Amino acid sequence: MESKLVKYPVPTEYQSEQGKLNILGFWIFIAAEIALFATLFAVYGVLHPRTANGPSGAEIFVIKDVVIQTLLLLTSSFTAGLVIHQMRQGSVKGLVTWFVITLLLGGGFLFMEIREFIHYVEVGAALQVSAFTSSLLTTLGTHGAHVTLGLIWGICLIIQMLQRGITPKTASKVHIWGIYWHFLDVVWIFIFTFIYVGGLI
Amino acid sequence: MDIKWDKILVTGDPLILASQIAIVLTMIGIVVGLTYFKKWGYLWREWLTSVDHKRIGIMYMIMGVLMFFRGGVDGLMMKAQTAVPENTFLDAQHYNEVFTTHGVIMILFMAMPMLIGIMNIVVPLQIGARDVAFPQMNLLSFWLTFAGALLFNISFVVGGSPDAGWTSYFPLAGKEFTPGIGNNYYMVAIQIAGFGTLMTGINFIVTILKLRAPGMTLMKMPMFTWTTLITSLIIVIAFPIFTIALLLGALDRIYGAHFFTVSAGGLDMLWANLFWLWAHPEVYIVILPAFGIYSEIVATFTKKRLYGYTSMVLAIVIISVLSMLVWVHHFYTMGVGPAVNSVFSITTAAIAIPTGVKIFNWLFTMRKGRIEFTQPMMWTLAFIPTFTIGGVTGVMLGMAATDFQYHNTLFLVGHFHYALIPGVVYAVFAAIYYWWPKVFGFKLSERIGKWHFWLFNIGFNLTFFPFYLLGLMGAARRMYTYSAESGFFPLYFISAVGAFIMAAGFVAFAYNIYWSTRYAKRTTANDPWGNTRTLEWATATPVPHYNFAVIPEVRDVDAYWDMKKNGDKYLTLEPKDIKPIHLPNNSGQPFYMGMMAFLAGLFLVFELKVLFYIFAALFFAGMIYRSFDYDEGYYVPVEEIIEKERTWRDDSKWKAN
Repeated sequence: MESKLVKYPVPTEYQSEQGKLNILGFWIFIAAEIALFATLFAVYGVLHPRTANGPSGAEIFVIKDVVIQTLLLLTSSFTAGLVIHQMRQGSVKGLVTWFVITLLLGGGFLFMEIREFIHYVEVGAALQVSAFTSSLLTTLGTHGAHVTLGLIWGICLIIQMLQRGITPKTASKVHIWGIYWHFLDVVWIFIFTFIYVGGLI
Repeated sequence: MDIKWDKILVTGDPLILASQIAIVLTMIGIVVGLTYFKKWGYLWREWLTSVDHKRIGIMYMIMGVLMFFRGGVDGLMMKAQTAVPENTFLDAQHYNEVFTTHGVIMILFMAMPMLIGIMNIVVPLQIGARDVAFPQMNLLSFWLTFAGALLFNISFVVGGSPDAGWTSYFPLAGKEFTPGIGNNYYMVAIQIAGFGTLMTGINFIVTILKLRAPGMTLMKMPMFTWTTLITSLIIVIAFPIFTIALLLGALDRIYGAHFFTVSAGGLDMLWANLFWLWAHPEVYIVILPAFGIYSEIVATFTKKRLYGYTSMVLAIVIISVLSMLVWVHHFYTMGVGPAVNSVFSITTAAIAIPTGVKIFNWLFTMRKGRIEFTQPMMWTLAFIPTFTIGGVTGVMLGMAATDFQYHNTLFLVGHFHYALIPGVVYAVFAAIYYWWPKVFGFKLSERIGKWHFWLFNIGFNLTFFPFYLLGLMGAARRMYTYSAESGFFPLYFISAVGAFIMAAGFVAFAYNIYWSTRYAKRTTANDPWGNTRTLEWATATPVPHYNFAVIPEVRDVDAYWDMKKNGDKYLTLEPKDIKPIHLPNNSGQPFYMGMMAFLAGLFLVFELKVLFYIFAALFFAGMIYRSFDYDEGYYVPVEEIIEKERTWRDDSKWKAN
C-alpha cells in the first residue's frame, strides 16, 4: 500500500500507512523506555550512597574520559539529524555518508565505555562489590546495550538503503532509528548529570 | 554455581513422578496423533505461523485454559493439604512451590493470556479494522508469552519450582536464602513473557488510535475497546518497571550483584516497592478488560444502551491513574510510618469511587430492561454482588490502621480471590459464551452451561468465604498446615469441599466445549444472539479472515444497532462494491524467536552463561532477519470475498448467478 514518492509536503517516511503506524508505535515504545530508564535512575538514586566496603563514585570516575564519551555521543546525535536532513533532500549518498559517520561516533562511544568498565573492574568496582557498583554498572550497561543494538540496527539500515534507495518504507525505518538514537542521547544527558556530575559534587 | 546435575530432574515425590509420566505420555500422544492424521503442515501453516488476530486470539485462549487447569490443580493440592489439620499430603517445601506457581500462573499465564486473547479476537472487529496495527509483532507477542509460560511450567519437573511466593520478596528470594535454581525460573520466565505483553500493549494502543472505522470517534468506541486502550496504556507504563525489577533480581541471583541482598548495601525493600509498582497496576490490567466485557454483555442482554457511557470512560481513566498511586498499601506493616501510610490509605479508598460508579452504571443499565438470562448474562449478574464483597473487603484492607489486623492473614487471600475470580474468571467465562458463536459458528450449550455456572458459583463462595472468617480468627496465609487445637478445621474443610465443587464446575465447562463442538446446531447468522450492538457482529459467522468485506462507517456508540434500526449502505452492499483486500502473509519468524527465547531462558536459568549468550544472539538474529524482510502481503480475490459474504447476506443480489 505504498503511495508514490512525492517531494513535498509530506516527508517520505510518512507517505505509507504502515510507515505512519510504525512511527507512532515506536513513540509509544519510547514511552516504555522512559519508564524503564526512570526506574533505573530511581534505583540508582536510592542505592548510590550504599557503597559498603567498595569505592564511591568520586573515587572511580574519570571525568576526562566521560567528557570525551559525552562529546562523541552528542556529536553523533547531531550527525544523526543530518542523516534525516539528507533523506529529506533525497540524497542516498549524503544519507549513507552521514549515517556511517554517526555509527563511527557511536562506535567510539562504545569503545570508551568498554574501556571505562575495564577500568572500574581494575580499581575494584565490579558489579559484585556493592549496591552502588551494581546499580552504576547496570544503569550504564543498559544504556550501552541500547547503543550496541542501535549500531547493529544502523548497519542493517545502511545496507537496505544501498539496496533499495529512499522509499517510504526504508525512509520510515531510518526515521525510527533516528528517534531511537536521539533518545539514547537524552538518556545519556541524564546519566552525565545525575551519575557523573552528581557523583563528583 | 552449585547446581547438582545428577539431580536435575525433580525426584522422590510420587505426585511429581506421576506428572512426569503424564507429561511424557501426553507429548508422545500429541506427536503420534499429529503424525497419524498428517496435521503437521496444517498446524504450521494455519496456526503457528498465522498472523490473523483471530487465530492468535484463539491460541492465547487455548493456552489460558490449559494454564487455568494447571493453576487450578495447584489450588486443589493446597486445599487437599489444608483440608484436615496436620496433614502430610504435601510437605512444607512442596506447598511453598505450589502456592508460588499457583499465583504466578493464575495471574500471568492464565488471566493475562485469556484477556489478551479476547482483546485479539474482539477489538479489531469492534473498531472495524482488518487486523491489528502490527500483525507479525502480534504473533511474536504470543510466542514470547508462550515461551515464558512453557519455561515457567517445566520448572516443577526440571530443577524445581520457585518457592518464594508470587511476590518473590527478597532477601528470601535471593541466592543466600534460596540457593536452588527455582527462583531463577521466576526471574527469567516472567521476563520473556513480559516482553510479549509490552509489545501487545503498544500494538493495541496504535491499533485503537489509528485503525478505527471512519466516524468512530474516541467517544463512540465500544466500552470493551475503551478498556483495552486504557489497559494497554497501563501495560506500557507499568511493565518496564517490572522488567527492571526482574533484571535486577536476575543479576543478583545469577551474576552476584547486590541490589536486594542483606550484605554489601543491598536494600530488600527496594524489591517490594518495584514489584508492587508493577503488580498493583497489573491488577487493573486484568480487571479493566473484564469491566469492558461486562459492559458489552449487560447492554446486549438488557436490550438497552449502556447507562452512563461518559462516566464509564471517566471511571476507567481515573482508575488507571490511581492504580499507579496505591502500591504502598501492600506493605503498611513494614514501617514506612503513619504519614506515608495515611496518604496511601486515601488513594486506595479513592479507587472505590470510580469502581462504585461502574457498578451503579451496570445496575442502571439493567433497570427497566428486558433481561435475557443467557449464560453470558448470568455470569455478569453473579459478578456484581460477589465482586462488591471483594471490593468492600479491599477497602477494609486499604485502611492502614486496620490493615495491621488483617495483614498476611487469609482475610487478604479471601479479598483478592473475591476480586479476581468474579472480576476476571467470571468475565472470561462470560466472554467465551458470548463471543464463541461469532468465532466458531455455534453456541455453547445453555443446559450444560447452567451446570457449569451453578457448580462454579457455589463452589467459589464455599471455598473463599471461609477465608474471611479464618483470617479474622488469625489463620495466616501460606501456612502448609495447622494444629487441631487452632479450631480452624471446620472452615478449612468447608473450603476444601468448595474447591472440589468449583473443579467440578470447570469439568462441566470442559465438557460443554466437547459436547457443543460435536453436537451443537451450526449457524452462519451474523448475529446469533439477535440483539447485539457493536460492529463485531456485522460480518459473516465464523468471521472471515479479512473481517469486513468493506470497512463500515460508524454513526453511533452502538454502531451495529444503529445500522439495523436506521439502515446503512454497509448492510445493503452489492457484489459490485467488493474490491480485493490487502492482508499480511504468515511468518515463521515469531515462532523461531519464541523458541530461541525459550532456549536462551532455559540456559540462563541453569546458569550456563555461554549457551545463554549463543541463544540470545540467535534470538537477535531473528530481529535482523525481520529487518531485511520486505514481504508485501497478498490480496484476497473478489470471488473469495463474495463467496463468503453470500453466507450471511440473504439479499437477492447475493444469490449465486
